[in-house]
Amino acid sequence: MAEKTAKSVIVDPLVDNNPIALQILGICSALAVTTKMETSIVMAVAVIAVTAFSNLAVSAIRSYIPSSIRIIVQMTVIASLVIVVDQFLKAYFFDISKQLSVFVGLIITNCIVMGRAEGFAMKNGPWLSFWDGIGNGLGYGLVLLFVAFFRELFGSGTLMGYVILPLDRNGGWYNPNNLMLLPPSAFFLIGFLIWLIRAYKPEQIEES
Amino acid sequence: MSQRDSTVNTLLTATILCVVCSLVVSVAAVGLKGKQEENKMLDRQKNILDAAGLSIGEFGKPASELSKAQIEELYAWVSEELVDLETGEIVEGMDPADYDPREAADKVDASIEIGEVPYDPGVGRREKVAKVYFVTKPGTDGFQQVVLPVYGKGLWSTLYGYLALKGDLETIQGLTFYEHAETPGLGGEVDNPAWKAQWEDQKLYDENGEPAAVVYKGSAPPGNPYAVDGLSGATITSRGVTNLLRYWASEDGYGPFLSQLKNGKSKTSGS
Repeated sequence: MAEKTAKSVIVDPLVDNNPIALQILGICSALAVTTKMETSIVMAVAVIAVTAFSNLAVSAIRSYIPSSIRIIVQMTVIASLVIVVDQFLKAYFFDISKQLSVFVGLIITNCIVMGRAEGFAMKNGPWLSFWDGIGNGLGYGLVLLFVAFFRELFGSGTLMGYVILPLDRNGGWYNPNNLMLLPPSAFFLIGFLIWLIRAYKPEQIEES
Repeated sequence: MSQRDSTVNTLLTATILCVVCSLVVSVAAVGLKGKQEENKMLDRQKNILDAAGLSIGEFGKPASELSKAQIEELYAWVSEELVDLETGEIVEGMDPADYDPREAADKVDASIEIGEVPYDPGVGRREKVAKVYFVTKPGTDGFQQVVLPVYGKGLWSTLYGYLALKGDLETIQGLTFYEHAETPGLGGEVDNPAWKAQWEDQKLYDENGEPAAVVYKGSAPPGNPYAVDGLSGATITSRGVTNLLRYWASEDGYGPFLSQLKNGKSKTSGS
């Protein structure tokens, strides 16, 4: 395996090793928060912050963590960070935190965060781990934005809250696709995205 | 066994970690509490102003776009009172600012079971004492509107909102929901300004004084003074809104309070 650099750990998870598209992790929140671009961006930023700092913290104390309780130590670090992020959102982004409701708290159970802590931060230095957290958070965020773009555009006729396709019920012409507002549509969109990525990068296709 | 994996070290690491993490969490929670409480209060005030149509009326835009100073300026017209729902009397000797009706609804001694009622809001219990809001414009005598908190079950969630009534206590000024988790685009359309605008000037009661406001299934028949259009694709949310409105308008809800007000026992009505 090639030597890891800060650049490679940030860029790799975007397409080559995307946590959602290739590793199929963190799907649940990708279904739940992607009806609007705005909530997706905030969610992505929250996940980036949690992954980056949990990687940093776990990596910094990795040589002191007894192996018998290492998972619970990682969990405690992640949970504390998630609570801090949640409190912060409630204080400064009240409206968005109301829309995200329980899903910020559920970052704790996002497999990406735990996966990076156990899979990367336990074996690498704090600096590299921090950037790896940023990279994986960005990879997650990219997929969220891709899904949210189509769901908001075709489900509500808006992007970032600005009207693009005026809805018929508000006097426009566009009859929105209600499926886009329901979680299953995110499944289809993620499926299409994985198809696209694998058509472009055939080396990601698993052997059957 | 290496030093790191010894029992003593395991316990020590766990303890230190717990102390550090709880410190971090406590500092964040305590440090940001003031700001969060302020947000919650502003949010509630915005929703009351929206239900009463004051924000659109005075500034021409919804309360979510107002500055903090503008909200405080408008909210100065609103006075809070506590009402005993059973008798309909205003409760004296309690500070409304210290009373949280949603907390009371969860306490056994501060709430009652709703039981069998003609219109079931589906929430099981409600508080005994409710907090209502009188809107009095500066320089006028008596109130122009009264804003009543209402809530009930939709499809996925309990919808919490405010119902604003005009001075005659029968005509609806506005209805907004400030908290719900209905499907966005379907039941979530209770937040659509175009839908909410239909409530203005609808009648809450029929000629016999029975609660009659209704979310129609499909388009409301033109000229029907009680009905607004149904939310398409959201039959259960629509029915939930009808039920909660009628429950709170009935004798089990604000009925006694509203008749007291009409008879002028509680507070003199303007216009």
